[in-house]
Amino acid sequence: MPGTVQSIERAAAILQVVAGSAGTLGVTDIAAAVGLPKTTAHSLLRTLLGVGFVEQDRVGRYALGPGLLRLGTSHLDVNELRSRASNWADALASRSGQSVRLATLEGGDVVVVHHVFRPDDSAQTLDVGTALPADRTALGRVLSAFAPHRSTRGPQDAGRAELSTVRTRGWATEHGEHTSGTGGVAAPVRGSTGLVVAAMGVTGPLDVVLDRHGQPRARLVSMVLEAAQAVSRELGWRGQRVSGG
Amino acid sequence: MLAVDQGTTSTRAIVFDRAGRMVAVRQREHRQWFPRPGWVEHDPMEVWANTQRTAAQVLHDVGAAQGEVVALGIANQRETTVVWDRVTGRPVTRAIVWQDTRTADLVRELCARPDAGIVAERSGMDIAGYFAGPRLRWVLDHVPRARERAGRGELLFGTMESWLVWNLTGGPDGGVHVTDVTNASRTSLMDVRTCEWDPALLDFFGVPAALLPEIRPSVGQLGVATALSPAIPITGALGDQQAALFGQACFAPGEAKCTYGTGSFLLQNTGTELVRTRSGSISTVAYQLAGEPVHYALEGSVAVAGALVQWLRDGLGLIATAPEVETLARTVQDNGGCYVVPAFSGLLAPHWRGEARGMVAGLTSYVTKGHLARAVLEATGWQTRDVVQAMAADSGLALPALRVDGGMTTNNLLMQFVADVLDTPVVRPMVGETVSLGAAYAAGLAVGLWADVEALRRNWHRSAQWSPVPARAAQLTAEYPTWERAVALSIAWGAPYP
Repeated sequence: MPGTVQSIERAAAILQVVAGSAGTLGVTDIAAAVGLPKTTAHSLLRTLLGVGFVEQDRVGRYALGPGLLRLGTSHLDVNELRSRASNWADALASRSGQSVRLATLEGGDVVVVHHVFRPDDSAQTLDVGTALPADRTALGRVLSAFAPHRSTRGPQDAGRAELSTVRTRGWATEHGEHTSGTGGVAAPVRGSTGLVVAAMGVTGPLDVVLDRHGQPRARLVSMVLEAAQAVSRELGWRGQRVSGG
Repeated sequence: MLAVDQGTTSTRAIVFDRAGRMVAVRQREHRQWFPRPGWVEHDPMEVWANTQRTAAQVLHDVGAAQGEVVALGIANQRETTVVWDRVTGRPVTRAIVWQDTRTADLVRELCARPDAGIVAERSGMDIAGYFAGPRLRWVLDHVPRARERAGRGELLFGTMESWLVWNLTGGPDGGVHVTDVTNASRTSLMDVRTCEWDPALLDFFGVPAALLPEIRPSVGQLGVATALSPAIPITGALGDQQAALFGQACFAPGEAKCTYGTGSFLLQNTGTELVRTRSGSISTVAYQLAGEPVHYALEGSVAVAGALVQWLRDGLGLIATAPEVETLARTVQDNGGCYVVPAFSGLLAPHWRGEARGMVAGLTSYVTKGHLARAVLEATGWQTRDVVQAMAADSGLALPALRVDGGMTTNNLLMQFVADVLDTPVVRPMVGETVSLGAAYAAGLAVGLWADVEALRRNWHRSAQWSPVPARAAQLTAEYPTWERAVALSIAWGAPYP
């Protein structure tokens, strides 16, 4: 078979052997089963252990790892996300007095998956399903900054520096770039594996969102961070970090 | 404000602030007992212990000092029946839950009596095993010496709010034995016009007056919960669906809410005049403020709503979680000609056909699991239309908008379908915990935390709205007879084979 990668084939064979075993297997059994020298098998197993596809018990025998089991279920359904986030989104809108949105990346687009009205009973329209500009909204900036396969090439422009700031700081803002007179703050929502699966944020009148120095009000930022972390915990994220990638 | 929501599966204690926002919540599930097919029971002692525990925890969470939590309101699962010994405080048997069907034979006997007509005439509702009266009669007939002891005044009867108020106010040591008028209206024993126990109905069901609680308004002093620390006055109690109506601030005739949970419960405020039903909805008491006239409601209870999505998940394995039904439904554009009638154990409002059985109609090889998912969601929308049409026929009141709550309201496809099928805006409030909020509102209103219902109305804020699309609404009106035909087939399927 031209074009195949030998080490991946060997790793796959090892996984098949481990998966086919009733209990745990030692490295000698595995090496014999796939017809490899013990040192080669050991080196492949170390790599599989590192990515969580196998795990070792106390006496060093191997079984399939939790990382492999999570592969099939790591996709987070957006309707599931909305259902899990709903109470926290309502509470954020209620406390902040502003409208709340959750967005995810679909393909390359930033798409609104949940929207809670500003609690003033004014006429508002649900914009679930609407695509937002990634570079001009706080939600888009969060998703771009934390995207797993973001481009590292390209010009070293202001945009890239800003995304780097968002990653370090753990939240993003908008100052009327998307809708004139509207500001916003957004923060990342993490899934159980720690990957950023959504962005959650508030938008409102510029003078409500920003202080006289043009900085987002600290109280609003902490409300958004708390809500986004509450949703992350709801999704099974047990990490402590609130900023950085 | 402290609210206790004593529900079918769990008991929740929630603290709300003056703006009607949730501050803290504690929840504890209780065991479901299924001693025989069709029987469902709860242990009243366990429910009482959970109430004490969650209330103590939530008061501790907020660090409440004496006087800071000004009142306690209770909302409860309706029609669940408790009978206990007034001296020992022990129940004579486990609580018989509203889902329990053991009284079916008794109800058939009662319906066959020549004087059966007085029940609908006086209580406002036909005889049905759904209500508490037949369950109380069952206890008196089947628990050893119960009837004799009840006659001597040794036993007390109540729905869950009675049981909890009695225990909270001292139990055997001076506990107050009261029920709120909304719960009393679900016993079949109360005259729905005077809101007093009706001697003719007590006679019909064979229930001695000695064991009945005193009927009180939903909003007003019930007693002081000395079992809590700090002690808190109990000033509100409502059945859970009436509490949701109150929490949704449906205070004007015509205003209505629908709670989409396992089943769906639509209540429409009909004002202070009792509406006699002919079209399959129930006339019930909505609430009463102390010193004011009773407000009535029409109710449409649908047994299966979210439970159908659970069936898609657990019975068919087509989805991994309930919210994924929307993802699956969005893989197609329409129902592909498929209709699902979820008559798993008959149909409640507005049909009241216990014999009906579930039906998937319109299958062709074109139909995929996506179409089935859509038909499952549409079934809840079609059933809402069935109920709304029956109510409109009975009350003559227009439905300005439908206020919704419950787990299914995060499903945008369903909520848009409901708006289109009713040709009415559907709105969701900012506080989804409408049952607990309604209990808190009732209690807070009684102690003057809020001046009047208008103040409560100002607390209500919209978190989402789905507006009907005219072309789609017209299309669904044209399609409605097809749904009605599917319902007729499911009723025919369950009828005795000739």
